[in-house]
Amino acid sequence: MNPLGIFLTISIYFVFGKIYEMKPKFYLNPVLLSIISIISVLYFGNIGYETYMESGRILSFLLGPAVVSLAIPLYRKRKVIKAYSIQISSGVISGGLIAILSAFFIVYVLGGSTDLLLSISPKSVTTPIAIGVSEQIGGIPSLTAILVIITGILGNSMGIPLLDLFGIEDKVARGLSMGVTSHGLGTAQIIKEDELSGAVSGLGMALNGIFTSLILFHLVQILMRF
Amino acid sequence: MYKGLTIIFGFYFLGEIAAEISNLPIPGNVLGMIFLVFALLSGVVDINDVEDEASFFVDNLSIMFIPPGVGIMLYFGLIREEVLAITAGLVLSFIITIVSTAKIVEVLR
Repeated sequence: MNPLGIFLTISIYFVFGKIYEMKPKFYLNPVLLSIISIISVLYFGNIGYETYMESGRILSFLLGPAVVSLAIPLYRKRKVIKAYSIQISSGVISGGLIAILSAFFIVYVLGGSTDLLLSISPKSVTTPIAIGVSEQIGGIPSLTAILVIITGILGNSMGIPLLDLFGIEDKVARGLSMGVTSHGLGTAQIIKEDELSGAVSGLGMALNGIFTSLILFHLVQILMRF
Repeated sequence: MYKGLTIIFGFYFLGEIAAEISNLPIPGNVLGMIFLVFALLSGVVDINDVEDEASFFVDNLSIMFIPPGVGIMLYFGLIREEVLAITAGLVLSFIITIVSTAKIVEVLR
């Protein structure tokens, strides 16, 4: 196995992580800058994505156990989550619908192709769910994966400044909107700010994943008639 | 350490099997997370046995998205063709969704 992918990813993320530690500005987001830098290295070094993924795959595989591990902050915050069950369920249902409908209509109005319409609809749910749903509704799963990650990066870099800008102080509201909108990448950021927000974010991500996978197939069939 | 990893990977595996058998569109890792929550609630799994290992994975979530993110390089052609729809769709929908969801939850408090 070629260790290039894992070495590039870890070393570049290490450097940008250090820079972000010293200067935590949203435009210095280490995930975004690492992706851009790695693509540049591969492009100028004439290295294919397949070669990079030979060992890069090891890191993305860990998303599996990492999602399972989100059970721990959920369990730790179970009492608070139970107390806010109404806010959480209404936030997931409304947020899940808004995410799908807003993306669908904006792309539709701007004349996007059917492939893009179907691939962008599940963009707010966690990558493994989005890929499955995209396949089910006839989108392009790998394009969906990218759109999901960009949505996650938006949340990871701009989510907190945006919530601050709109004066959202409530920890449940901050966490839930982050998880519902920007799945794991949003959760990864908000959990650093507050454990309750992080736990609610993980729950919002999971519930929105389940909610979206249950409704999107039927919703898209209705939407595509227009 | 190995006890915690056994529990985490065990539930991951269990979730994948359940996803396969049930034919639900929910991925195995999310089912594994749901199962682990119930196992903790019912006392089948002790939180002290998995806490440290789970924190390691959760604290390092961000880096795991980088390799699939680099995959964007395969779609530069398609993205160039529909750059306006993609950019507007992602950015506007992101802002609308996060702000309205946060406002809805906040109003309900």
